[in-house]
Amino acid sequence: MERYSFLRQLADSWVLLILVLIFLGVIVFVFRPGSRRLHRDAASSIFRNEKKPAPDRHDAPDDKEVE
Amino acid sequence: MWDSFKLIALGAVAVFAAIAANYAHDLAYLVNALTVMLAAGLTFLWILRRMEAPVVIADQNEYLDGVIRAGVIATVGWGLVGFLVGVIIAAQLAWPSLNFSELTHGFTNFGKLRPLHTSAVIFAFGGNALIATSFYVVQRTSAARLWGGNLAWFVFWGYQLFIVLAATGYILGATQSKEYAEPEWLVDWWLTIVWVAYLAVFLGTIMKRREPHIYVANWFYLSFIVTIAMLHIVNNLSVPVSFFGSKSVVLFAGVQDAMTQWWYGHNAVGFFLTAGFLGMMYYFIPKQAERPVYSYKLSIIHFWALIFLYIWAGPHHLHYTALPEWAATLGMVFSIMLWMPSWGGMINGLMTLSGAWDKLRTDPIIRMMVVAVGFYGMATFEGPMMSIKAVNSLSHYTDWTIGHVHSGALGWNGMITFGALYYLTPRLWGRDRLYSTSMVSWHFWLATIGLVLYASSMWVSGIMEGLMWREVDAQGFLVNAFADTVIAKYAMLVVRALGGVFYLAGAGIMAYNLWATVARQPRVAETRVAVPAE
Repeated sequence: MERYSFLRQLADSWVLLILVLIFLGVIVFVFRPGSRRLHRDAASSIFRNEKKPAPDRHDAPDDKEVE
Repeated sequence: MWDSFKLIALGAVAVFAAIAANYAHDLAYLVNALTVMLAAGLTFLWILRRMEAPVVIADQNEYLDGVIRAGVIATVGWGLVGFLVGVIIAAQLAWPSLNFSELTHGFTNFGKLRPLHTSAVIFAFGGNALIATSFYVVQRTSAARLWGGNLAWFVFWGYQLFIVLAATGYILGATQSKEYAEPEWLVDWWLTIVWVAYLAVFLGTIMKRREPHIYVANWFYLSFIVTIAMLHIVNNLSVPVSFFGSKSVVLFAGVQDAMTQWWYGHNAVGFFLTAGFLGMMYYFIPKQAERPVYSYKLSIIHFWALIFLYIWAGPHHLHYTALPEWAATLGMVFSIMLWMPSWGGMINGLMTLSGAWDKLRTDPIIRMMVVAVGFYGMATFEGPMMSIKAVNSLSHYTDWTIGHVHSGALGWNGMITFGALYYLTPRLWGRDRLYSTSMVSWHFWLATIGLVLYASSMWVSGIMEGLMWREVDAQGFLVNAFADTVIAKYAMLVVRALGGVFYLAGAGIMAYNLWATVARQPRVAETRVAVPAE
């Protein structure tokens, strides 16, 4: 089979299927159990560290600047 | 030691640029080579004068904000230039004598100024806004100083050099005739280097972040940087005719070239003007509204849906051409599917205000951002509709397209950038508040009314043009000549130019307001302890 037809067919079948599955996988992953707390933390992360970078994790563990 | 190497390299660049200018085959190349020589020479002097100064180690517990301040200034400056050129070319379309062709020997013709306008607003105004805000957002959300020391400054100045090289090239006749990718090979190569440095700074900062999660705005910014790199390189694959001339020959030909160009062109809209600016939306709207984004889950789905769908939509620019029909249909279908993630994102941005809608009344900055998101929603509804073949057969090549582009660019990109500039300026310069809130209101209304004048006149003009072009009499002959449509749309062209004047006036008020915020108010907060001269 010439290269163009082969690539067309591959794109229309397996690659399309893989991409759709990855996309659906992402959506399922977003709703995984336990994601709510992480997402809430991420969404509010913009309200931290406004003025200064957080201290280095190695010097001071669990010392997040909260404003 | 490192400085000595820099001096040797810069000296070599300057000498080589001088040689290139001497052998230049065309005027655009000559001016570009002289510009490079000048830039290399100035950088050489700047480094030379600082060699003896004591080395200051950058404090990793401070954000690098200097480059963002420079970016804010550049955004405002290039914005004014870009809007002004836009008003000029709008006036030229209404009154062709304003081309002044005789007087300027064609150097100020519409054909030369038009790419100057599009590149100035997209790449100079929008690009500087994206670089500045991305540096601001990635530092705050990663809780880490920018990676790479002065590399961020190289990105800033390198990008300004790119703008100047491209702009002078357009006026002097260097173009590879690809819309939104007009710069010739030498400017393309330079932008590639700058862009790789940009990616390194951004990714480096994310990699050394001190927050566990990569905030969603950074995902949008990162996809913008990576995709633009890919698009830029593939669409600009060309072979220079001579090393001493600006002319190059594009690698593709015919329909392959057209498809590559619109794969680039549409994703420049998708990833430069959409993904990057969505990064702004996901940071600045929650910050200004002082509440987290409505749904973080929705923002992740918004991101991935946009990434998966956008890249296929390009063929809708080539309906009824030599492009295979299946490709055009694919582009149309994906464009229509894109509507859903776009509106998901719009809802996410608007609903962030739920419970704080009163801010719309009291805070003109929030109003600006909300109108931006509203126009994002309108433009992303109009776009898929225009990508439908039947609609496209009416709208294509008419002013409707120009109206659509501007409701996206002026409404969405412009307004969200203005909002971000109003947010950033007091914070970056340590001022308590903006100089004048009522001036923000003036800006808001001037911009909005200008925008409405622009979009509605182009709708009327575009649909009229489309209908006139396809009108046939009983014998099947076309009724109108092209010139008939040009005469018929004179009034709409004048209204459009007036809309542009309104928008430009609003931006002028913003520029004064931002300047006065810094110059006419005392400093109240420390933005940082000392100025580290890294």
